[in-house]
Amino acid sequence: MAQGFLDAWALVFSFDVDLYEIIFLSLRVTISAVIIAALIGLPLGAWLAVNRFYLRRYVIAVLNALMGLPPVVVGLFVYMLLSRSGPLGGFGLLFSPGAMIIAQVIIITPLIASLSHQTIRDLWAEYHDLLISMNTTRAQRIMALLWDGRRALLTATLAGLGRAIGEVGAIMIVGGNIEHSTRVLTTAIALETGKGNFAFAMGLGLVLIALAIIINLMIHMIGKTERAGTW
Amino acid sequence: MKLIWKALVAATVMATASHAESLKMAVTTSFYNSGLSDVLLPEIKNDLDLDVELIVVGTGQALYLGQAGDVDAILVHARAAEDAFLAAGYGTHRREIMYNDFILIGPSSDPAQIAGSQTTVEALQSIARTMAPFVSRGDDSGTNKKELALWAEAGITPMGGWYRAAGSGMGATLNTASGMNAYVVSDRASWLNFGNKGDLALLYAGDPALFNQYAFIPVNPARWPHVKNDLAMQLEGWLTSEKAETLINSYTLGGEQLFTFNATR
Repeated sequence: MAQGFLDAWALVFSFDVDLYEIIFLSLRVTISAVIIAALIGLPLGAWLAVNRFYLRRYVIAVLNALMGLPPVVVGLFVYMLLSRSGPLGGFGLLFSPGAMIIAQVIIITPLIASLSHQTIRDLWAEYHDLLISMNTTRAQRIMALLWDGRRALLTATLAGLGRAIGEVGAIMIVGGNIEHSTRVLTTAIALETGKGNFAFAMGLGLVLIALAIIINLMIHMIGKTERAGTW
Repeated sequence: MKLIWKALVAATVMATASHAESLKMAVTTSFYNSGLSDVLLPEIKNDLDLDVELIVVGTGQALYLGQAGDVDAILVHARAAEDAFLAAGYGTHRREIMYNDFILIGPSSDPAQIAGSQTTVEALQSIARTMAPFVSRGDDSGTNKKELALWAEAGITPMGGWYRAAGSGMGATLNTASGMNAYVVSDRASWLNFGNKGDLALLYAGDPALFNQYAFIPVNPARWPHVKNDLAMQLEGWLTSEKAETLINSYTLGGEQLFTFNATR
């Protein structure tokens, strides 16, 4: 463990180009996936909260269950989709960062949608009479709920970020862990563990954890959340 | 003016460098984990201006990726599976590049006493008789296929609590064996480059039955028109060149030569 911490420090301050390349790709893939998943998941969660339709409870139950979607199955599914012998093979996307983003979007969208649905549902119970009496359109209601629930929705999005940045099973399959191309922190950790370089793998792990903390802190600072007077 | 000219040349050179062609090759873990790829790839990039993108997997998965057209070439080590791959028309041909050997690893106390065995078969029979813990790759890789063939040769169907199929790569399997202090079959390169040996030691090697041949197979462009067969052929030319021979033969770890070049030209 101690060696891992030492390695992590040595790694970060070695200014090793390869390490920064890996970190940068981790961020690029994860942040792209989180943005896309939030653009789908947040409105979807709100829409499910304000609409009453047949089968609604089943859709929500399925969505909740998909929060625990096994990444390795998603990886396999995306592989079969993007493989040259699969239906979308012609795009040649397999073993590219694009494929990794697709896999992560599938993994975290249900999580973001489900968490935001729960938030919006409570908010909707509170706002229902007001928004109805103001004769708002459905889109206006969804917008109002998303805006007023933004703090909790940010948490839902950050949960998605947390799941995406630490994910390894799916992106290993669809990314291939190719050096200088699709290697990210998690797949590099799996690789170093496989080589028995535990201290180095642990060092990379600590870099990954530090990165997750920094991103979360930055988002709170930008959003001015979790500060005196603004909670 | 002179400066502009220089800048233009520099820009052109950089543009060419960033437009290096790339080829995807699925390779067996030992090729990468041994560190040999780190020596060969920069030279290939220098000589051919070719970025070889490695997808490091077991031989079984490498063959599958070739079959599905997801890579341009494969470098693997399982003769029977390679022949089946070619017979099905998934690859154009098979070119032998180099070899090393498989070795038997186990706890340094050697409870099954395999160190003095005459043959690999005898060593495996000792392990089965004493029911000493044994970890198998169990992942349909080249090493796994070899291990299963050796058990078959020894007339043993390995089963029971002492035989654990890890279902993972060479490194993870060595980690498991290290944790359980168990016997395991490994290729020599992965073992020498492995960082978590614990109480494990090399106990048996040298039997001709443990010969481990690596071969290069370009994926068939008649089956998958998008594969970069011309680049695969260039790569094959390089891998069988005198330069590759020197680099492969002179690659050592801890003073030991890991691979021996044996391509026919």
